[in-house]
Amino acid sequence: MIPGIGTLTQDTLWCFSQVKGTIEIGTTEADIISTVEFNHTGELLATGDKGGRVVIFQREQESKNQVHRRGEYNVYSTFQSHEPEFDYLKSLEIEEKINKIRWLPQQNAAYFLLSTNDKTVKLWKVSERDKRPEGYNLKDEEGRLRDPATITTLRVPVLRPMDLMVEATPRRVFANAHTYHINSISVNSDYETYMSADDLRINLWNFEITNQSFNIVDIKPANMEELTEVITAAEFHPHHCNTFVYSSSKGTIRLCDMRASALCDRHTKFFEEPEDPSNRSFFSEIISSISDVKFSHSGRYIMTRDYLTVKVWDLNMENRPIETYQVHDYLRSKLCSLYENDCIFDKFECVWNGSDSVIMTGSYNNFFRMFDRNTKRDVTLEASRENSKPRAILKPRKVCVGGKRRKDEISVDSLDFSKKILHTAWHPSENIIAVAATNNLYIFQDKVN
Amino acid sequence: MECALDAQSLISISLRKIHSSRTQRGGIKLHKNLLVSYVLRNARQLYLSERYAELYRRQQQQQQQQPPHHQHQHLAYAAPGMPARGAYPAPSDFGLHCSSQTTVLDLDTHVVTTVENGYLHQDCCASAHCPCCGQGAPGPGLSSAAGCKRKYYPGQEEEEDDEEEAGELGAEPPGGAPFAPCKRARFEDFCPDSSPDASNISNLISIFGSGFSGLVSRQPDSSEQPPPLNGQLCAKQALASLGAWTRAIVAF
Repeated sequence: MIPGIGTLTQDTLWCFSQVKGTIEIGTTEADIISTVEFNHTGELLATGDKGGRVVIFQREQESKNQVHRRGEYNVYSTFQSHEPEFDYLKSLEIEEKINKIRWLPQQNAAYFLLSTNDKTVKLWKVSERDKRPEGYNLKDEEGRLRDPATITTLRVPVLRPMDLMVEATPRRVFANAHTYHINSISVNSDYETYMSADDLRINLWNFEITNQSFNIVDIKPANMEELTEVITAAEFHPHHCNTFVYSSSKGTIRLCDMRASALCDRHTKFFEEPEDPSNRSFFSEIISSISDVKFSHSGRYIMTRDYLTVKVWDLNMENRPIETYQVHDYLRSKLCSLYENDCIFDKFECVWNGSDSVIMTGSYNNFFRMFDRNTKRDVTLEASRENSKPRAILKPRKVCVGGKRRKDEISVDSLDFSKKILHTAWHPSENIIAVAATNNLYIFQDKVN
Repeated sequence: MECALDAQSLISISLRKIHSSRTQRGGIKLHKNLLVSYVLRNARQLYLSERYAELYRRQQQQQQQQPPHHQHQHLAYAAPGMPARGAYPAPSDFGLHCSSQTTVLDLDTHVVTTVENGYLHQDCCASAHCPCCGQGAPGPGLSSAAGCKRKYYPGQEEEEDDEEEAGELGAEPPGGAPFAPCKRARFEDFCPDSSPDASNISNLISIFGSGFSGLVSRQPDSSEQPPPLNGQLCAKQALASLGAWTRAIVAF
């Protein structure tokens, strides 16, 4: 089977590969993973957590001896990206939680990524050091400055090999540009600019310039009492550097072209599906709010996630999506309790596989779902320590909606809503997925035949 | 959709969420509060429509017992166009006919503005039964406070027909805006019915403290009113002017 290009038929069996994180029951909140992202080659996998830390895993080289075990991901670098801050002017604490990580394409030996919390975006450089200069004239071996009067000879420092050290340094800090909470960042295909989006505005940055940004979208009304919607996610087109989309809390997506005007308040395309009046409830506005929007790798489609569904839209058709997938429709009758316990506000993400043939998103009870767009088959899998024997095949799970519960099924009332999978990532070219379950990161691969 | 909660519980839950979001780490989340305000509107709408339906039914019963020449007065209390249960007009349709004080801090300019009697006139006139546009009696389902540009002056005598209307309902005191007796009747009618949630709502409102002092004291002549049952009156006022201060919260 060609990696990354496959269908979700019986051919594809997902196996447990690794799990990162601790098993203890009393998890500290700081360890909760808040974002997961593969880099463009899939060699690196980055996670951000609520404590403001970034952990980068690197895939080890596959060895000929262990063909059956495809490269494992091991910790490559860990660093504190953001710290808690306090805005004295507004008396607000700024959380250090990493909302998003986006990789830049690799252009030299070093790796670059963007990480953001609610207010500040940072560009980090992750580089390896395996040589160390020795033989300084003005410093001794411990690094202390020598008294110049004691220097009688000069020597040329030489580079000597050392143990590999991976260091992460903040190269740029893009601060003070967002009044509201940043929810998205997206690197442009020109690799020179990127955008950051908060609830009401989207700013365009140049990587080299930190003290200025262009505001390209501003939906703040003149009178805040007239506020009816906010921006929930934004992304650049993968190939057209002038095009981006942003989603709203009203379930709409706007596509904008930066060539049309400097301020893209007027959209080029407007994607909205008319609401089904029979489904109207107290919570209609909440469940129609889009939590994630992603372009397909081809750039032809966009995928959106709202509380109960995933939808695929063709850029050429604005009046309705071309595909709608029910993620967990059995929750529709539970919206009241989900509102009470705040679960209805959970923001699930969605991802494409490398070939845009399969889409994946998370659910509750540590379940995650995959939908094959070609065969229309779907599967529900679970990330749990019980299935964590190496190369153990994941068994499809099923939620029983009503009536008799079969042996392996789980009833809706038994679902654990504290175990939610909000963040997942799919390797850009292979069938390797990373699934964040609270403070654990699971890596699954398809079975190599 | 099967829902175990009634409108009032939803309102109190939503208020609790808004309140707790103010002390949450990281500041108020605009998105979440906006969504909660939508639930509040939907619940309030249902709640008010139920209450006015109840009131209308009682009016009808009384009407049947009253002499016919008073019937035209009660038309003022008919609730034409009362939204059917399950139909929720957009928040802008409902209008913000609120004579409350809302304080808004603009996070960008750091300007604090206090809006007195903050009706949004465009919403006001958009509704078919806007009194300030002179299009007839205010429909109770649409105008949720003491009417646009009318103040509730209990104890004052204004138009005669108002007096009669007040008399009809047996509400006291006579006089005041046509809406006022309706409001009083509502208040008195539903005191006995007051569920724990109504007192919860009023408690929550008192918890909010100074941020909502304008709301609580929005009736400048309220000292003339009988003092007790402030909690209930507070709750009803809160429900009536929910729009303005939820927006204010969202604005934060």
